[in-house]
Amino acid sequence: MSRMPEPTASASAPRETVLSAQGIRTSFGELTVLHGVDLEVHRGCVTVLIGPSGSGKTTLLRALNGLTPPQQGVIGLSGEEPIDFGAALTRRAREAQRAVLRDASGMVFQHYNLFPNKTVLQNVVEGPVVVQKRPRADAEAEARQLLARVGIEAKEDAYPFELSGGQQQRVGIVRALALRPRLLLFDEPTSSLDPEIVGDVLAIMKELADEGWTMVVVTHELAFAREVADEVLFLDHGVVVERGSPAELFTAPREPRTRAFLERLLRPGGTPPAPPPP
Amino acid sequence: MDVWQLAWDSLGPLLRGAALGTIPLTLASFALGMVLALLIALARMSPLPALHLPARFLISVIRGTPLLVQLFVVFFGLPSLGIKLEPWPSAIFALSLNVGGYAAETIRAAILSVPAGQWEAGYTIGMSRALTLRRIILPQAARVSVPPLSNTFIGLVKDTSLASLILVNELFREAQRIAAFSLQFMVIYIEAAAVYWVICLALSFAQGRLESRLDRYVAHA
Repeated sequence: MSRMPEPTASASAPRETVLSAQGIRTSFGELTVLHGVDLEVHRGCVTVLIGPSGSGKTTLLRALNGLTPPQQGVIGLSGEEPIDFGAALTRRAREAQRAVLRDASGMVFQHYNLFPNKTVLQNVVEGPVVVQKRPRADAEAEARQLLARVGIEAKEDAYPFELSGGQQQRVGIVRALALRPRLLLFDEPTSSLDPEIVGDVLAIMKELADEGWTMVVVTHELAFAREVADEVLFLDHGVVVERGSPAELFTAPREPRTRAFLERLLRPGGTPPAPPPP
Repeated sequence: MDVWQLAWDSLGPLLRGAALGTIPLTLASFALGMVLALLIALARMSPLPALHLPARFLISVIRGTPLLVQLFVVFFGLPSLGIKLEPWPSAIFALSLNVGGYAAETIRAAILSVPAGQWEAGYTIGMSRALTLRRIILPQAARVSVPPLSNTFIGLVKDTSLASLILVNELFREAQRIAAFSLQFMVIYIEAAAVYWVICLALSFAQGRLESRLDRYVAHA
């Protein structure tokens, strides 16, 4: 297996906070989607956000890189001035805040969002070359290693429309990795994939987790969350109902809403969650 | 018989009118018009009223008034304000403004047709709004806007004939001159029409080539 850029930490390191979000409150017009959510992301850890659709998990993820800036709340990145979204600021200052957040993370989208007019290789090196000003030859060499790693090195000159969904999502992951971000964000990365491909993409994500990448993942794949997550947050109606290790949350959920959600998802053939405590 | 001779003899002057008048006037006005169109389109999409209100007003005025009137305002009207432009600069000014106003709406629509996910993908690889627009959005919008902008371009070729009325020596003014002394209006004007048509045929052909080039990254059923 080829080298990854900067694996982030060893498992034994103390839990260093990469990102901390406090009191994140987001509304769309009248509708409040997040009611003051807190989240700490630790270096080398995988944080998984689960919850029914409309629970706000994707909105929370998109707050972390400024795609959907919240109306209130503070996001702090290690080594940077904390960003207070409640403060009254000029457009220019807001844009600068978003720049700090988007530079810290790479994102993998549910619908891939590859650039359709660029080849696979061009998609991957666009950020490193155009934004990060790295030498094209270096960026391309690294991109090829990463593509080889996810098994699509033969497709570097293909356009996205020539790829299957699973291949496109691998390019999406490689495009995010090539930025060497501090934080990888995944927004339901397997939700638009055919069932037989889902496992391949999850396997790649598990490898990244094992290598020490710091990841925040929104997913409905509870088996993945159980196996890979360091911390799981269950969101419902814009609040974090329960958070904990996968062992705690999946085998002994404390909150009735968590139990109900897990039962609904796991009932068809899955392992049922532990019976409610007496 | 002498009609054919006249047609043959007038072909040279008409082609010269096209080569030295119609074609350079079209190219200059279109190039300037595209720059204006992009600026007007971006202003029109700005959330700032100070930008989008003037842009809307400009588009409305340009689309709501005849090109001939615009040419006359520039050439015959501006001198009364102390701005005196020669025929060529007047024609380029009015034509490029006209093209800019129409094409601004085309370009705006093309930019809006690029999915929001492309903007987001640009942001998440670290790009600012301006860089995302330039590197990600505009190249995709260009593909969408080739057919409607080709229409604008071809329309412009024909609209340049109006510049004959503000004394620009181009194809149609040449035709009028020949017709006036030969009195063979039918022959000369049909011949002039044929030259316009050939120019536009060439442009349609170029449009087809450009479209297939830009379509290389799109799935074909």
